[in-house]
This record gives sequence, C-alpha cells and structure tokens, in this order.
Amino acid sequence: MSSSRVSRHGIDGRRPGRRAAPGALRQGPEADRDGDGAGPGAGADGPGPSRWRGRRRRGGEEPMVPRAEFGSYYGRPVIKAPSWSAADIAGYFFLGGLAGAGSVLAAGAQLTSRTRTATALKVSSTAAISLSAAALVHDLGRPERFANMLRVFKPTSPMSVGSWLLSAYGPAAGAAALSAVTGRLPRAGAAATAAAGLLGPAVAAYTGVLAADTAVPAWHGAHRELPYLFTASATAAASGMALVLGPTAQTGPARHAAVLAAGAERALTAAVERRLGMVAETYRTGRAGTLMRCARLLTTGGAVAGAVLAGRSRPAAVLSGLALLAGSACTRFGVFAAGLASAEDPLYTVGPQRAALSAAGGTDRTSGDGAGRQE
Amino acid sequence: MTVDGTGNGRPLDALRAAGNLFGGPEPDPAGDAGHPDPPGRVGFFTDTSVCIGCKACEVACKEWNAIPEDGLALSGMSYDNTGALGASTWRHVAFIEQGPPAPDGRTELPLADTGSGGTPDAAPAGAGGDLRWLMSSDVCKHCTHAACLDVCPTGSLFRTEFGTVVVQEDICNGCGYCVPACPYGVIEQRPSDGRAFKCTLCYDRLSAGQEPACAKACPTESIQFGPLDELRERAAVRVDQLHRAGVEGARLYGHDPEDGVGGDGAFFLLLDEPEVYGLPPDPVVTTRDLPAMWRHASYAALSLLGSFALSFALDAVTGKTGPTRRPAGRGRS
Repeated sequence: MSSSRVSRHGIDGRRPGRRAAPGALRQGPEADRDGDGAGPGAGADGPGPSRWRGRRRRGGEEPMVPRAEFGSYYGRPVIKAPSWSAADIAGYFFLGGLAGAGSVLAAGAQLTSRTRTATALKVSSTAAISLSAAALVHDLGRPERFANMLRVFKPTSPMSVGSWLLSAYGPAAGAAALSAVTGRLPRAGAAATAAAGLLGPAVAAYTGVLAADTAVPAWHGAHRELPYLFTASATAAASGMALVLGPTAQTGPARHAAVLAAGAERALTAAVERRLGMVAETYRTGRAGTLMRCARLLTTGGAVAGAVLAGRSRPAAVLSGLALLAGSACTRFGVFAAGLASAEDPLYTVGPQRAALSAAGGTDRTSGDGAGRQE
Repeated sequence: MTVDGTGNGRPLDALRAAGNLFGGPEPDPAGDAGHPDPPGRVGFFTDTSVCIGCKACEVACKEWNAIPEDGLALSGMSYDNTGALGASTWRHVAFIEQGPPAPDGRTELPLADTGSGGTPDAAPAGAGGDLRWLMSSDVCKHCTHAACLDVCPTGSLFRTEFGTVVVQEDICNGCGYCVPACPYGVIEQRPSDGRAFKCTLCYDRLSAGQEPACAKACPTESIQFGPLDELRERAAVRVDQLHRAGVEGARLYGHDPEDGVGGDGAFFLLLDEPEVYGLPPDPVVTTRDLPAMWRHASYAALSLLGSFALSFALDAVTGKTGPTRRPAGRGRS
C-alpha cells in the first residue's frame, strides 16, 4: 500500500492522511477533532483525527480554543495550491516591492539633492524590475505566450492590472536609471524619475492584491492587511538598499523609513494573525513560521542598527541594509509559504467556512431542507 | 474552440461587474457577459443518491475530450483511484466508505471464521448494517460568479452563451492564476503542457445540440443535464422524495443562487456534509472582495508615499545627517 500513489501531481507520498477515516467521515461535523486522539466512538485509530493531532504536535502550537470539527475526503486538500515556484513568485513579490519603493526613495533623494543615492536606487530598481519580469515570464506554463498578458485589460484580474502596471513602470524606471547613469537628457530623466516614483507604490502594493485575490485561506483571509504588509516590507527593502548603496551621509531618510517600515510590519503581521484566527497558525508553524520569525529578527534588527549606527559607520550601514533586504525577502517568502500550507490542508479551507456558516446563524446552504429555499 | 468577442469584452464586463455583479444572484450570466440573446443557461444536476460509482462518466469524458492519461496507479485510500479533479480529470467519482472502523484502520469484512456459524449473517450485529458507501461524480461547478474567469489575465477563460465557463486553449499562457482562485480546486495546469484545463461542459457537443458525454454515458441518470431552472425544480422534488423516504441526510449543494458563488451551474444532491465529499461547505468567489482589496491597495500605495515623505521630513527636522541637504544643486531642474 505504501507504493501506491496517483502519479499525477495530486496525491503522493507527501500528502498526509490519505488513508480512509471512516469513523471521522461518518460523524461528519461531530468527528473527533479535539486532539485528544480518542477518536469518534470506536475510531481510536481513525487516521483523520490522528493526522490532525500529529500535525499540531509538529507545529508545536496548542490552540487556545478547541477547533472546529469536521470530516474531510481522506484528508485531501479542497482547493488547489498555486503551482507557482516560490523563487519566481515570492521572489517577484520581493523584487517588485524593492523596485517600486526604491523608485519612490530615488525620487525623494533626487528632490533633496542626494544625487548618488538617487542614482544608485534608480539602477537597483531597474535591475530588480528586470529580474522580476524575467521571473514572471519564467514561471509561465507557456513563456512564449507572455505577450498574451497584454491582450486584454481586466480590472477583475490583479495579474492583468499588474502586467499593465509593469509595462508602464519598467520603461520609466529604466529611462530614469539610464539618464542618471549617463547624465544625458536630464529633463527626460527627471520626468521618468517622477513617473517611476508615482507608479512605484502601485507596483509595490498590487502584489498584495495578487496574492489575496485567490481562494487560498492564508492570503484571502488577510486581504485587507496584505497590501499594507507588502508596502511596509517594500519600504524596508528599499531603505535597506539605500543603506547598502548610498553614501553614509545621505542615509538619513532611509534610516527613518526603515524604522517606520519595521514597526508597521510588526504591527501588520500581528493584525494578519489576529484576523486569520485558526488559519494564522500557517504563519507561525513550519517553513512559513521560520521565515516569518527570521523576517521579524532581520527587519527589526536592521532598522534598529541602521537608526543607531548607520549614520556614523559605513560597514554598519551596509550590514543593517543587508539585514533589511533579507528581512523583506523573508517576509515575502514566508507569506508565500503560509499560503501554500493553508491551501494544502483542508482544515484551513473547511474550518473558516464552517465557522462562517455557523456565524451566519443556521443558514447552512446544504442543510436537509435546502430544496425549500431555492427561490 | 475560440470564441471571439466574448473573451475580448471583459473590460466592459468588469466595469459592469463593479455595479455589484461580483456576488449574489445573477439570473443571466451569459447575457451579462455580453452574449446577445443567449440560449437558456444549462448545467448538471448530479444526484449522488443513485450513483453506483461505475465511472462511466470519467471514461466518457476522457474519451470524448481526448484527455491524456494521468496515472494508472492505485491511490491506496479507497476504490477511488482517480484522486481528485484536475487538468486531466474533468469528472471524478468520489468514493467514501463509512462504517465502524476496524482495529487497524482497515475495513474488516465479516469473513467465514469470524462468526460462529460461518455465514455472513453471523457477523457482529450492526457491523454490516452501519456500513455505507457514498459515491459522487464531481465536476467543474461552472459558477455564476467564476473566480477563475474573473482573475484570468489573458481573457482565455470566458463565459459561453450557455452560461458555462470554458478555457480557450490557444490563448492560455499558463500563468496559473486560475488554479488557486477556484474555491473548489477544479482547474489545474497540466504539467506536461503548462496550460490550464478543466471541464468545458462539452461545449462542442452543446453547440451541436448534444448533451455532455458524461451525462450521456451515466447509466443511472445520476448525472442529469438540462436547463438549470428545470434541474433545480427536479432536484427540489427529488430531495423531498428522499426525505419522505427517510433519508435524513439528503441535501442539495450548490443550488442556491444566494450562496457565495451565486449558485453553481453544476450542483449536487449529497447524502452527507459537503466536506466529506471533498467539497467546500461555504465557497465564496474571491473577487467578491476585490473592490475592498483594490481600495486597501490604493491606501497602501499612498501610505508608502506618505511614509517616505515623512522620513524625509523627519530627517530634515532632526537634520543631523545629510550635509548635502539643500544646496541649490544639480539633479533637479
């Protein structure tokens, strides 16, 4: 039995709990889910309940409240996790944020005559957005058809909006960098800098909607907070880049921005977890938990070190900048990993929906008398 | 399979959708998608109480739509060796065995030497009677508010004149956004191909006045195809009939135009909770919240601008760094 698996990507060895759990299934919502492992009735060996138990132990977090109880189809996921590769898409979340926020910082630096910092950030934004575009095309199932992204404009599709945003922002960022590096066409360069500075925040913010506009519980459940979390993370990344690349004497605004971003990111991560309730454990456990903890350490540490030391010491500025960059990347990869974890476990799909149904007060759409409520 | 016009009309649709068509009842999705004078909406009513798990629907679907083989192994979990809906599985017969669990988690059949008399009747009382098999042929729900269609950036997914949702294979570029958008986990990218595939409700057959292959092949009329209104009436009668016959657990799923996806084009009569069949109990189309998401994203973008402005202002006030501050310098015209 151990060798049997469906060879399509669906079910294989890494899918937990795929043995039948007849007891749990029979009991439906009354199935044993309180984690004591007693199982429903005689179902002490029901793999369903014991699966949840094992998972929770692995996570190392005991929930405060007894969890919702329900059955599942052999523990299989209800929704499909995105097949996006983390390197491409979480990497894009990071790079796009770095580029977008970097353009804002570059425009501000240029306005305040911090020319070297401005030029450095324009170049880094151009590099980041180029890598982003490459990652996005690489992640397509049919990369040769990437131009189809601009076939229509659909406000209902964050990916369509993003494609159009990138196609406007990318050239602006590139032109700003080119002008700054070569010193040619300064007026056009200033216009491009302003355009990139205005489009940059949109590029940094829309990726939050891109993730949230899915059925993935850890993302959609936090759809109000994710855009802010992503712009805060982008601010931290761009500030870090300014600390790494800019002359020490010009890092003042970046250091302030880093502190603001780090504070906002902490608050927003907490807000996401509060909002998600039971699903929040996908942000606290496993790969996502590790990444989010690293992000908190790196971002806070980088911001504090930057604020205290970066004005005086160049190495300290570079180190705190790198910490901020790494922290931002960890946040994005952490959010991505939490989304995958929440999609792969039916618990996180069914639990909140069951809770919503009972909160709606017995308007169970599948209840036995459903036929009577058709009209 | 390409249908021009409908796929291209999305911006207009989207604007109209902003007029509150992101959720809730929508009597005429095909008309709202821009089809002039569409035929009535069609769909499936899958009555699982008469499904015998023969999988003729799976086979007919594969044959008619020329879907590639996607695994001939055993799943090890039940008689269901298909696993789930996916890029190459557009009908999936779920198989659920419910009964008292055997000591090691396997179902123990009453063998000859377990009873005293050696006949199946000699099995422990209640063991056989409590056992039941649930079978259900799952399929794409062809939602009234289809998240896959809403989020598709290329316009590859479109609403047909029959109110169904279909992927245009010559346009899909395999971005994969529809996959996590679907609240039912139906649509999927085919690894060998890269593009996304799902049930078309046999768009080609519908266009020729034929019923879909799965409904045609179903020997027990568990899969019923027809105009959606008629199917809903038929389902209401059927569930009443089952209740009168004492089948307490019978309930309809996906029939309600008031639900989170505006009602399914393919709905079900189930005998247990939906999650037992691997179905979400209260699916909601993710784009219902999209206006709020865009609003928050614009505030977030503004707050990013504001936080940098604040940072520059703070630096100007504290003013310790930045010896290059404001010399009437170069860089800005």
